[in-house]
Amino acid sequence: MLDQPKVDTSPKVSDEVRKTTCYMCACRCGINVHMKDGKVAYIEGNRDHPVNKGVLCAKGSAGIMQHNAPSRLRAPMKRVGPRGSGEFEEISWDEALEIAAGWLEPIRQEDPSKLAFFTGRDQSQSFTSFWAQNFGTPNYAAHGGFCSVNMAAAGIYTMGGAFWEFGQPDWDHTKLFMIFGVAEDHDSNPIKIGIGKIKARGAKVIGVNPIRSGYNAVADEWVGITPGTDGLFILALVHELLKAGKIDLTYLAQFTNAPVLVNSDPDSPEYGLLMRDKDGKLLVIDRKTGKPAPFDKKGVKPDLSATYRQAGITHRPVMHLLAERYMSEEFSPENVSGRCGISARRIKAIASELARVAFEEEIVLNHEWTDFRGEKHKTMVGRPVSFHSMRGISAHSNGFQTCRSLHLLQILLGSVEAPGGFRFKPPYPKPVSIHPTPHCKVTPGKPLDGPHLGFVRGPEDLALKEDGSPARIDKAYTWENPMSAHGLMHMVISNAYAGDPYKIDTLFMYMANMSWNSSMNTSGVIDMLTDKDESGEYVIPRIIYSDAYSSEMVAYADLILPDTTYLERHDCISLLDRPICEADGAADAIRWPVVEPDRDVKGFQTALILLANKMGLPGFTNEDGTAKYKDYADYIVNHERKPGIGPLAGWRTGEKGVSHGRGAPNEAQLQSYIDNGGFFVKHIPENCAYMKPWNMGYQDWAVELGLYDTPQPYIFDLYVETMRKFQLAAEGHGERQPPDHLRERIKKMLDPLPIWYPPFEDDAVDLEEYPVHALTQRPMAMYHSWGTQNAWLRQIHGRNPLYLPTKIWEANGFEEGDWATVTSVHGEITVPVAHMAALNENTVWTWNAIGKRKGAWALDNDAPEATKGFLLNHLIHELLPPKGDGLRWSNSDPITGQAAWFDLRVKIKKAQAPAEAQPAFDPIKSPVGHGPDQLTWKVGK
Amino acid sequence: MTTLPEKTQRKMGLVIDLDTCVGCHACVVSCKGWNTENYGAPLSDQDPYGGDPSGTFLNRVHSYEVKPLAESAAAQLIHFPKSCLHCEDAPCVTVCPTGASYKRVEDGIVLVNESNCIGCGLCAWACPYGAREMDAAEGVMKKCTLCVDRIYNENLPEEDRVPACVRTCPAGARHFGDLGDPESDVSKLVEERGGMDLMPEQGTKPVNKYLPPRPKDQVMAASEAEIDILAPLLAPVAEEPKGFIGWLDKALEKI
Repeated sequence: MLDQPKVDTSPKVSDEVRKTTCYMCACRCGINVHMKDGKVAYIEGNRDHPVNKGVLCAKGSAGIMQHNAPSRLRAPMKRVGPRGSGEFEEISWDEALEIAAGWLEPIRQEDPSKLAFFTGRDQSQSFTSFWAQNFGTPNYAAHGGFCSVNMAAAGIYTMGGAFWEFGQPDWDHTKLFMIFGVAEDHDSNPIKIGIGKIKARGAKVIGVNPIRSGYNAVADEWVGITPGTDGLFILALVHELLKAGKIDLTYLAQFTNAPVLVNSDPDSPEYGLLMRDKDGKLLVIDRKTGKPAPFDKKGVKPDLSATYRQAGITHRPVMHLLAERYMSEEFSPENVSGRCGISARRIKAIASELARVAFEEEIVLNHEWTDFRGEKHKTMVGRPVSFHSMRGISAHSNGFQTCRSLHLLQILLGSVEAPGGFRFKPPYPKPVSIHPTPHCKVTPGKPLDGPHLGFVRGPEDLALKEDGSPARIDKAYTWENPMSAHGLMHMVISNAYAGDPYKIDTLFMYMANMSWNSSMNTSGVIDMLTDKDESGEYVIPRIIYSDAYSSEMVAYADLILPDTTYLERHDCISLLDRPICEADGAADAIRWPVVEPDRDVKGFQTALILLANKMGLPGFTNEDGTAKYKDYADYIVNHERKPGIGPLAGWRTGEKGVSHGRGAPNEAQLQSYIDNGGFFVKHIPENCAYMKPWNMGYQDWAVELGLYDTPQPYIFDLYVETMRKFQLAAEGHGERQPPDHLRERIKKMLDPLPIWYPPFEDDAVDLEEYPVHALTQRPMAMYHSWGTQNAWLRQIHGRNPLYLPTKIWEANGFEEGDWATVTSVHGEITVPVAHMAALNENTVWTWNAIGKRKGAWALDNDAPEATKGFLLNHLIHELLPPKGDGLRWSNSDPITGQAAWFDLRVKIKKAQAPAEAQPAFDPIKSPVGHGPDQLTWKVGK
Repeated sequence: MTTLPEKTQRKMGLVIDLDTCVGCHACVVSCKGWNTENYGAPLSDQDPYGGDPSGTFLNRVHSYEVKPLAESAAAQLIHFPKSCLHCEDAPCVTVCPTGASYKRVEDGIVLVNESNCIGCGLCAWACPYGAREMDAAEGVMKKCTLCVDRIYNENLPEEDRVPACVRTCPAGARHFGDLGDPESDVSKLVEERGGMDLMPEQGTKPVNKYLPPRPKDQVMAASEAEIDILAPLLAPVAEEPKGFIGWLDKALEKI
């Protein structure tokens, strides 16, 4: 003991802890930033924060390396070499803003739609959309269209909310959790925390994913499904549950449109539309009277079974259509088994497990509540079966209908908003009826006529010009993809290059690595960005780009507006946007400069405000012509979307002092957030915390907080009438008519009840030649292209072999260290391979966005990411193979336009190992040099 | 050459749940961050932005595929976090020529006193687990300290006095406590879940324990074995939509 050295076990940890919000991925956890000598010393999770409750993932803990990355841009830059060369000259902000305004102001006065403004992984969409709206261009969206819009839109159209930011499993009560393919950051730590809770009490997890890694590795049951067949599998579960009567009839009758009457006369122009009374209320048959009654009438007992005949037209409840559709043999386990790669017996076993837990293990919470019909309930009955899903099922061309199928399953089990099931997070639940519709009317020099993005209710809301041509550059809200609620970012460059539907002048993007991992057909996009017309001008004349780092996209812009790191900026994670709420409370958060930038950079949103001020954009300018906001922090505090409602809900100014939710701006608001750890949360009372769409206690609570203007109870739309309206148009009804070449597709795909059809690529390629499915996944310790510049994280995920299942590995005689040529109908890559047994036998996969272009991200040219790393993007095209009709068919979901990344089919052949992964690209010149040779990081000495 | 204490007052260590670890590497990086800034020399990184980046980590996660013997059973993937196990019979200590490596009497933590470490690397050879890493910049041996500068640190709130890896683990797969006390939460967890030693045949008597993964794919196994344990739940109420609507009507009567 005497020999033992004395260790200081109580060293000083830091001078100060500053609490802000992480941005190492999209999850938005609270972080404690420990400061020493004014520098960032250590980052850990904030225990009080609603998202992560103290824990933090690998990315979050590596934030110190991101914040200090050598790839950080240093000052605004203008391009001096040809596009793609990476040759820039650093300029002042005055000059940069002068150049940008010099390009943009003439467009605004002449034709604002000549600007395409798309904002990638933006977490400030309510602000950036406001900017775009005031500029007047219809061409605005963020990255939802190439991410998970199918999931978001299917959820909102079906049940007024979706997964992740909209809702979560009831982690504390669920007894069976079923997770379908999930991109790790949607949502990262809460799922891990939730799985930890489930595991701690011995409840079960079923993972449905072709790849058994991550969450699927710890799943008690792994279903290694064939990619693109999730919908079919789910509908087979529905088939079994219906046949066995294992559905929640009380729930369906009271809280869904299963009892609502549907016009069932094929000759009627209203065939398939829902029956309404004079006041527009949906009608059901009341079991007490046997007569039609408004669905929400006090005391009404909706009948799931009775039909109604009026004026010679038979009306049948949605439940009839549902039973007919899903009890059909088409969806029997035996019929879907081969296609899904799951035995019929196993499908039945899973169906019965769902039924057993939902109905034999129901849980009851003794919370009294009153529903919207005025009926009082003494308890809340829970079906403790929960689900989560994200990109795995949504990034297919059948993704929207597959996501709808999953919601159908959840709802038939009566598990949505019931204890133990799936719970919405405020401001959801939120019916479609109170979402905006899309707006696209352009007036030179004036704002757009309303918000860009919204939820169409029928053909009348499509974004079409008077001549019927698309109003938006990405063709969102057109007959090609009528319900494209998040736009189609992946089509912007391709359409702008093709001049289809029209040419643009300036492409303005933020945080979107479009010349690399964020585009399909990377090489093609590079050509589009660099190609010149006959006059020697670039086909896309001007490109402005904002990023904090030296990404691949920087080289392809003419003007660079350098953003800050996430620790140097103001941000608000707003209830108007993509909030951080939990099921038990409404919450929002800020970022604030815990350190000031040591470079000549500005937060992108502040740069946008300065640009708005320079142009005098309405919405940013007072009547006397002075600027309303000096920077983003000023906007966050003082902007009001409507009286009393601003970007942040906490610490507003009420009539009697501080108020939350509603209230006038409060100059001390940001300081109040900082003092509270960077966030605001208001908890939902216990008896309002479930059954929220129908629970008048919750509805009143939400009105008080400003989430609704008035109570908005609604029923779930198992049958989506909006979709039927598009079908009716395709059948020839109504004034707005689709082009003939899309009629059959709309009739088939926009089915108001979920259907399954094969991914488009299956029909477009020879499956005997291209039998293999190819996927990407995000590693838990790396977030798309941002991670690779991180000295710590790239030591964990610096390489991305293509993982091959045993069957393919053995059939081709692969050995460790081998390479393969992977070919799709669109392209070819030659890459390193590795064997993985826990994988669907017809699927190969790799980590997403590890591959890097030489010269980007301040990495050396021999970085493994640039020599052995690769992208599958080269194999995926934004268009389907030509059909010989001269038309450009987008590789997207036909309903929402979501990019169909995961439809990809390939063939695989052993290859001689090349010197580098193919295709190889020339290095781009780094505008920031390269990183140091060694790190011995320690800020406190 | 360096002696181990005959007995330690406590046996502080980690219990790592392999049924719950999703392999996210949160523990790896949190450890790197804390120990770069705290105890001893920073954990350095060589060629951090180059062709062969390589740095010092005190905790790493490895992934192993396991193929069950049954032909029809699916392969499994086990995530396996590994750091110093703070062995009772720690060969890394006894091999140390300078006394720099030692095991603390009060809590059993195995530490390196960096000022006495000559960087000979014998301890890393002696450790059967590969849990020690030579820091290339400093030339001293680095290893898990069980966050000895956190667990007693009066400058931290009490609830934070746990190793950084435990505090950060999102899935709650890492537990910390006294494995010498049979009444501690960690000892009970080990008892309840059949916690195991890593490579017990090495005779190192590791303090850290691993909780084994629970049996997987039981529903699949049952369905493949044609055991109809759940069949009654799916007894059809109707085969055809018409029959179903009839059933519906009757079922609604009962509500």
